[in-house]
Amino acid sequence: MNKDPVSKNKEISISEFFNKNRHILGFESPQKSLFMIVKEAVDNSLDACEEFGILPSVTVQMEKVDQDEFKITVADNGPGIDRKEVANVFGKLLYGSRFHQLRQSRGQQGIGITAAVFYGQITTGKHALILTKKPEDDVTYRFEIGIDVKTNSGVVSSEDRQITEMDHGTSVTIWARGKYQEGKQSIMEYLRETAAVNPDMELTFTNPDGKTIRFPRTIDELPKKAVPIKPHPHGTEVGDLQFVISEAKDESISRVLQNSFSRVSSRVAEEILSLSGVEPDQKAGTLPLKDIKAIVEAFSRVKIMPPQTDCLSPLGIEYIRRGLRNVYEELRPSFYSKPVVRSPIVYKGNPMVVEAGLVYGGDLSPDEPIRIVRYANKVPLLYQQGACAVTKAISDMDWRSFGLEQRSGSGLPFGPMILLVHICGTKIPYTSESKEAIAQVPEIVEEIRQALRLSARSLRTFMRKRERRNKANEKYRLVAQIIPEISLKSGKILGVDPPDTSRTISRVVNVVLIRERIEKQSEDTYLVSGEVTNYTNEERSFTIHISPPAGKSDTEKIAVERLEPAESRPFSFTVKSELPYRETDFYVEGIDPVYVIGAEALPPDYQMKEISYEVEEP
Amino acid sequence: MISRSDRLDQLARQIYESISRGEVPALSLPSRTRENIVLDALSLVWKYGESKTTRSATNLDGAEYILKTLYLIDFIKEMYSVSKTSTLREMYYISEGWGHAKFHAQDESDLLTEDLEVITEMLREELNLRPEENGASIIGNITIEERNRKGEFKRINCRDDVGDGGYNIPYSVEADKIKLIDSKARFILAIETGGMFDRLVENGFDESYNCILLHLKGQPARSTRRLMKRMNEEFRLPIYVFTDGDPWSFRIYASVAYGAIKTAHISSYLAVPSAEFIGITASDILNYELPSDKLTDKDTQALNAELKDPRFQTEFWKQEIETMLMSGKKAEQQALAKYGLDFVTDTYLPQKLGSIGGQS
Repeated sequence: MNKDPVSKNKEISISEFFNKNRHILGFESPQKSLFMIVKEAVDNSLDACEEFGILPSVTVQMEKVDQDEFKITVADNGPGIDRKEVANVFGKLLYGSRFHQLRQSRGQQGIGITAAVFYGQITTGKHALILTKKPEDDVTYRFEIGIDVKTNSGVVSSEDRQITEMDHGTSVTIWARGKYQEGKQSIMEYLRETAAVNPDMELTFTNPDGKTIRFPRTIDELPKKAVPIKPHPHGTEVGDLQFVISEAKDESISRVLQNSFSRVSSRVAEEILSLSGVEPDQKAGTLPLKDIKAIVEAFSRVKIMPPQTDCLSPLGIEYIRRGLRNVYEELRPSFYSKPVVRSPIVYKGNPMVVEAGLVYGGDLSPDEPIRIVRYANKVPLLYQQGACAVTKAISDMDWRSFGLEQRSGSGLPFGPMILLVHICGTKIPYTSESKEAIAQVPEIVEEIRQALRLSARSLRTFMRKRERRNKANEKYRLVAQIIPEISLKSGKILGVDPPDTSRTISRVVNVVLIRERIEKQSEDTYLVSGEVTNYTNEERSFTIHISPPAGKSDTEKIAVERLEPAESRPFSFTVKSELPYRETDFYVEGIDPVYVIGAEALPPDYQMKEISYEVEEP
Repeated sequence: MISRSDRLDQLARQIYESISRGEVPALSLPSRTRENIVLDALSLVWKYGESKTTRSATNLDGAEYILKTLYLIDFIKEMYSVSKTSTLREMYYISEGWGHAKFHAQDESDLLTEDLEVITEMLREELNLRPEENGASIIGNITIEERNRKGEFKRINCRDDVGDGGYNIPYSVEADKIKLIDSKARFILAIETGGMFDRLVENGFDESYNCILLHLKGQPARSTRRLMKRMNEEFRLPIYVFTDGDPWSFRIYASVAYGAIKTAHISSYLAVPSAEFIGITASDILNYELPSDKLTDKDTQALNAELKDPRFQTEFWKQEIETMLMSGKKAEQQALAKYGLDFVTDTYLPQKLGSIGGQS
């Protein structure tokens, strides 16, 4: 590539450095390298859109240049990048590393995209192409950017202005060698999982074969914005404090502590300093290392309020629900759990939230291990599943009582289930720099377990309901179909009229049966029809309350008056629901529920339940 | 005598009347399980005991069972009226059109047919149902007459009038189909596998020992067992059962000699209690140092089940089963080829057959 022997040597040494550290950065295989390029660019786009309150539109386009070279373009409608910053953002490792601002974000300390540009450059010799436009700019800036391996900085090999139709946004094109594959750990899977937790995003992906896949936007509402916070003393290392001090050498140490850390009031600062034997007025820059160590040591001994948690942006119930539906509805799952969003916990001074949701049944295979979909700060984790705290929490739980198969009650359970777990935080402990798995810290594993337990509980409720429903269907088949047919057939064989079955049937069941059939009428309208049949020996009068688990029905209750033995009475109503509608929860009042199949006793908090339900889904 | 059709009507009437009375219809039959077979002191074969299973319409399974039984009865009566018979497989396919009474697998329809035999005390031939041809065959000096499709009886000597494949046993071997005319043979050697059957045919064992070779083809079909029973009764031919040495082969012997659990209702019609086992035993594997395979988990389970099987409660079987469990080894009858192709006919069988096995 380069004929100059001297710079070639240099280049080799930096290339070697890169090669040696590829696994840390995630570029260890040709397949994964392409994946990393797409991932870094998409993560950056989403971070930028989220920070600037823009509903993201992202397109990812891959073209095959030759046997193993690809042209990868990721374009967004983000805020654009200041032209002076472009070279740094794409060409400087570690650019943007800041300790004094903590916020939940996808990308971390500006390693990723630079590594992607660098990888492209060393494998193809081609520089990356950047187009960017801020809303206030009149023109789109076009850059060709490489990395100067001698100075570790971005080199702009060409800069241009163009008139484009772009309103605002950034487009990155990188040429790189690699291998494109689809499957479990692939670009496609990464994008699918990204779409699942970013329903506010619209994404178009064109793969190297020219096939285009679209994930539409299903929510027009921005996620809660993560507010940056200062670091919390708990979890601060000596080096961190040294860094803070280096930026404010002339301030008093007391001021530095109050200004640079969250939850440090003057009283708290005083307490810390008196514990560590440091004068509050001493200039921070003059402190010897032993004092800095003493201060850090004192952090853990002082009672400090936990950090604010508005720096976090969890997905929330609605995002998880919509996202799961958006991506997994093609598998026609029979159950979507109510998503679980836990309250924040604090680990080493960093707030963290665990969320979980699951889908069950449908076309998912019952004979395979459950599928785990892991996220950290809204980024799908596709690699290192075995090392991850999420996997550990799942494996440690006994899933057998939730209707899944699991040998000896530990290890990955088998069953038709996709389990989504999202962990967000200002500083998530990963197992490595490539951020592929969350470290198995006991506090975090335990927190994940709590979220799983809640999700699993809703699964169990569903399974019980389904079992009761199956039982009701069985009884229905028995009394409405099989026994009458037995009667018909026995008459036919003997050449006589069939005997009346009503007394036999009431002996067999002695219940009132409620049955429904659901018919989709339009995108969000379902017609529910069915019948109530009295198989008891007595006349029955009672009320059926209609409670759709999702959506709203046009009828609240059905009054069943004087239903005679063997009498069947039809009913029908309409449900509006954006989510797929599968069954109605029926409750009965005015009849002993042991005589009813297909409905439950009216719970005492029935009205209250309706109120909370209104709030949840306006 | 009540007609076959009337006997089926009786069953339908029983169900019809229980509904008319407002009761829940039910069918009762002896439990067809290992726990419910008892030795019949008179015939020395194992038959069903007192324990009953009741299938009632209180649940979906029971109701579907009753409905299927009625459909089956209706179907059989229809066949009576047009003088047709059907194979069990055909019947299974015909049930496709039976709506809620459709069978889910042929195992299910086969079992129900056997149940109907038990309930009505009629054989499946009387129900106009027959199994598939299973191809079991015999070679040896026995003369029979078989009625062909034209209704004529054709005489066949099963040594001189057949090829190397032998005489194919048809699905029905009752007197209206097969007459046993004459036999000069001294005994019947019933062989489990085709490979060994062919070996003995090639070695001319039937001639040198003046016996009838019979290929059981694994677990023998009813007609195979019935033909053995008839030859045993009508010609006083002793039966020797020569099988592999594994738990499944022990069961083959048990069904020939004592009756099978599934067909214990017709044991006295099929089983030959005097049949002797000369198959590979656990002791043979050790004594002859035969090439062997390790027992699988399923084999071990089967052996343990046999220890609890009333048919195997003899000193000989208990000892052999326990030896096999202990050694953990099983062997095929063809493993005898370790000592050459003639070893089985020159050494193994003569030793096993002992005094009666002298060359003629």
